[in-house]
Amino acid sequence: MLELKNISFQAEDGGKEIEILRNINLTIEDRFVAVTGPNGSGKSTLAKIVAGILTPTEGQIFLDGVDITDKSITERARMGIGFAFQQPVRFKGITVKDMISLAAGRDTAVSEVCAILSEVGLCARDYVNREVNASLSGGELKRIEIAMIMARKTKVSIFDEPEAGIDLWSFQNLIRVFEKMHEEIKGAILIISHQERILNIADQIVLLADGRIEKMGNREEIMPALLGIGQPCKTLTEKF
Amino acid sequence: MDAIQQELLTQVAGLHEVPEGAYNIRANGEMAGRNTTANIDIITKKDRSGIDIKIKPGTKSESVHIPVVLSKSGLKESVYNDFFVGEDCDVTIIAGCGIHNSGAEASEHSGVHRFFVEKNAKVRYVEKHYGSGDGSGERVMNPTTEIHLAEGASLEMETVQIKGIDSTARVTTAKVAEGACLVIKEKIMTHGRQHAETDFTVTMEGADSSVNLISRSVAKEHSTQLFRSRIIGNASCHGHSECDAIIMDEAGVSAIPELTANHIDANLIHEAAIGKIAGEQLIKLMTLGLSEKEAEEQIVKGFLK
Repeated sequence: MLELKNISFQAEDGGKEIEILRNINLTIEDRFVAVTGPNGSGKSTLAKIVAGILTPTEGQIFLDGVDITDKSITERARMGIGFAFQQPVRFKGITVKDMISLAAGRDTAVSEVCAILSEVGLCARDYVNREVNASLSGGELKRIEIAMIMARKTKVSIFDEPEAGIDLWSFQNLIRVFEKMHEEIKGAILIISHQERILNIADQIVLLADGRIEKMGNREEIMPALLGIGQPCKTLTEKF
Repeated sequence: MDAIQQELLTQVAGLHEVPEGAYNIRANGEMAGRNTTANIDIITKKDRSGIDIKIKPGTKSESVHIPVVLSKSGLKESVYNDFFVGEDCDVTIIAGCGIHNSGAEASEHSGVHRFFVEKNAKVRYVEKHYGSGDGSGERVMNPTTEIHLAEGASLEMETVQIKGIDSTARVTTAKVAEGACLVIKEKIMTHGRQHAETDFTVTMEGADSSVNLISRSVAKEHSTQLFRSRIIGNASCHGHSECDAIIMDEAGVSAIPELTANHIDANLIHEAAIGKIAGEQLIKLMTLGLSEKEAEEQIVKGFLK
């Protein structure tokens, strides 16, 4: 279980302190949780704070009751937090198999790598020995990024806008991957997304606006407001 | 051969025992072993130190190993080896030099390799340089490679220097005839106060000739590197050079590319990138559970793989 208590985050912009997140309190059980909200609402910042990439200005983070606020990225990863980047990172000379092995924490057999890649819709044999570099498309890199999280078998898996920068075909495939993840859920999945189809998979939706939690609940409660059915979502209508 | 020389052989030529096929092993300036085959002859030069390697036309799937090891501190040698590769051959040549210096005097090996590759022959040439020993004497390696590719011939050269060489000046020149293809892949890592210079000059003389020159290097601590490449297109040809360097600590890297087109259809490209390891690469690997140091090692290892 992941708990965020009174998390705030400030950043400097042009000599001025800007408040990105303010008093975020959130408990994430072993469920599929989607965080959504307008651009600039602090979604990616929140994800990076959980992974340890950013340090909160105030507040505490607990994983299974252990305070991990001062833990490094590496320590959090070793404790079971996985993070899939919005913009996957490229490496010269490091192959897909190397990355899957690093993610798994051991040397993985080709058959094992193939099985994981197949799950994210990649024709495995074609990719095992490919370098994770600019020769791969954005959609391919996204799926490899997700495959790494699957290989890690983490307690908390964070996906920062997995739909960003991919084509429609890749997106359809991505939805199937997340639907399958939801069916076979082990641990918590925290997904940052704007996409209705991803939000529709979520057990719980958190709506962020201006660095605060505007609404939180199950998808039956939140989706109508987000889509303008019944009570329109004030935050979103004001924003756009 | 003693244990140190055996270790050097393993490092530079991957040899744990006597190789199959033709070979000539040189240790501390002397011949330590030789074998020839029906298709590959090795002849000691009479006018200076070195050998001629003659490969009969049509020889396929054979290899030649010609490693050099130096374990005597203060030894300085120059060796001249000429390779004559007949038409339609398809062969692999494994060279390489290892220096172990546990003394105070500099040990130095200068090897001049000339390749005469005849029509439609195909050669894979692997050259590894390695240094070891805890002496204060420098380990110096100055390889010179001269390549002549006849019509339709191809040569792929892999040159690697990963560890232990204090100073190196590596000069490679090539002339590429019609339809011939040259590929050079260089990997270098320097550390401490080491210095490495590489200098490539490739002239494409014939129509449809090509060269692809790829250099990847890592400079650590206070080491310095200088990369020079000149590609000259005198015909309709394709030339590409790429220099990628990772710079760490207080190291310095210079890249000086030069392209000269003397023909309207000469198509020449150069790419160069020098920079530190990207922070996002380190963070990505740290999110997989690696420490910052482990992440750095992994990135360097992959880059030079």
